Amino acid sequence: MKIKLNGEEKEIADGVTLIMLLEQLKIRPARVVVERNRDIVSRDAYGATLLREGDSLEIVHFVGGG
Amino acid sequence: MDDFLLIAGNKYRSRLIVGTGKYKDFSETKRAIEVSGAEIVTVAVRRVNITDPNKENLLDYLDPKKFTILPNTAGCYNADDAVRTCRLAREAGVGKLVKLEVIGDDKTLFPDIPATLEAAKILVKEGFDVLPYITDDPITAKKLEDIGCAAVMPLAAPIGSGLGIRNPYNIRIILEHSTVPVIVDAGVGTASDAAIAMEIGCHGVLMNTAIASAKDPILMAEAMRQGVEAGRKAFLAGRIPKKLYATASSPLDGMLN
Repeated sequence: MKIKLNGEEKEIADGVTLIMLLEQLKIRPARVVVERNRDIVSRDAYGATLLREGDSLEIVHFVGGG
Repeated sequence: MDDFLLIAGNKYRSRLIVGTGKYKDFSETKRAIEVSGAEIVTVAVRRVNITDPNKENLLDYLDPKKFTILPNTAGCYNADDAVRTCRLAREAGVGKLVKLEVIGDDKTLFPDIPATLEAAKILVKEGFDVLPYITDDPITAKKLEDIGCAAVMPLAAPIGSGLGIRNPYNIRIILEHSTVPVIVDAGVGTASDAAIAMEIGCHGVLMNTAIASAKDPILMAEAMRQGVEAGRKAFLAGRIPKKLYATASSPLDGMLN
């Protein structure tokens, strides 16, 4: 199924949870914040968040800035 | 000397707040910040680069237990985006302090004041400790204080311009009317600019480019720390008034005839 990840379309398998996706992408959950369809997903809900067709995810973190 | 910068109930020994942008790499960022003595550091919120195999993170270098992380809303051109960015930042678990900047124009990077006021109202209501970046306008500063911002941060000059304090008189008026800390944010070019901000009574100075883009950022970080400290001490010590004519330093009594 297709999702949108940081503005880009991405094909992922059915039944993938948010925590599984982060593992696949080698992203440490402790260092990011995730927005799904404009709602922030709290970190303790990553495991229970099943991704669905058409979901739009934003995965952000802190970078250098002034 | 018991002299602290008090922001939203927290005490800081350092009155220098530094950004983390524009450094060569994270280790230079870390070294410069350590040398600057800053306890509050600003960061930006951006998308993770999904395809980048190097997953080093700024926070691997700046321990949030050691530094107060101050997320900014740089790059936001409206209140909605700024509020969204602050909510994301808070979810990262580094506290509720945010640097609100709603940019009005990409050439000057001056703030959009109506949008800043709008975003500040929402953020204060949501429990954020808001530090707004503003022009050096006393009326705006007062309005933001009345909304409940934890400090006000007038610019010295455009972001990254290095022009120093272009209107110290406006900053002084803001200082006279504020009961929250006044932190000069943006436009500082060198240590004397930071010292001037502190000498006129500002509670702190925030800078990024002046350190990060100096030829030797580590040395400049030290210079800025000393500039801020010197300026603060001069303010507390109370400078002599400026006079047009000379006053002799040596006694006139006892002169040889």
